[in-house]
Amino acid sequence: MNKSELIEALSQKEELTEKLAMDVVNLVFNGFSEELAKSGRIEIRGFGSFVVREYDAYTGRNPKTGKSIKVSPKKLPFFKVGKELKERVDGRR
Amino acid sequence: MTKIDIIQDVYENLGFSKKDSAKIVESVFDIMKDKLAEGDKIKISGFGNFSVKEKKSRRGRNPQTGEEIAITARKVLTFKSSQVLRRALNG
Repeated sequence: MNKSELIEALSQKEELTEKLAMDVVNLVFNGFSEELAKSGRIEIRGFGSFVVREYDAYTGRNPKTGKSIKVSPKKLPFFKVGKELKERVDGRR
Repeated sequence: MTKIDIIQDVYENLGFSKKDSAKIVESVFDIMKDKLAEGDKIKISGFGNFSVKEKKSRRGRNPQTGEEIAITARKVLTFKSSQVLRRALNG
């Protein structure tokens, strides 16, 4: 399922116009992105949580050429699935 | 940020009642959860992809006791962030 299919499913389930359903879905994911950039923490009960981890600079290697390269400090987002969804996905509830 | 903040955002920006905002936001996550539970992928352009991966069974160890234990085959949900999101975080 991609974003437009999610929008379509929401519009059908909640009887919303596609435009409104699109506004809702965009608000959710734009809100997520902004929040991750700002505080780095999101927690959605029953779904999961996102955290941003910060990494210091390090010297890495290009695995193909073996050349060392400097990797600048960076931030990466991680998702941890919530318990309920974790069990549902595994199908052993 | 929790679901309440998203509901508030929808309420303030899209003209739904508080009650409807809560129901609609809940639906967004319900739809995604149902799809993922079926083993489907969810791709949100600009944010990232959620997908279900099958893990084979393997031998593990209880880190506290050192005892060997069998880890059964299972399905796990993984998230791969989009480059757009990673760039926004490091911009």
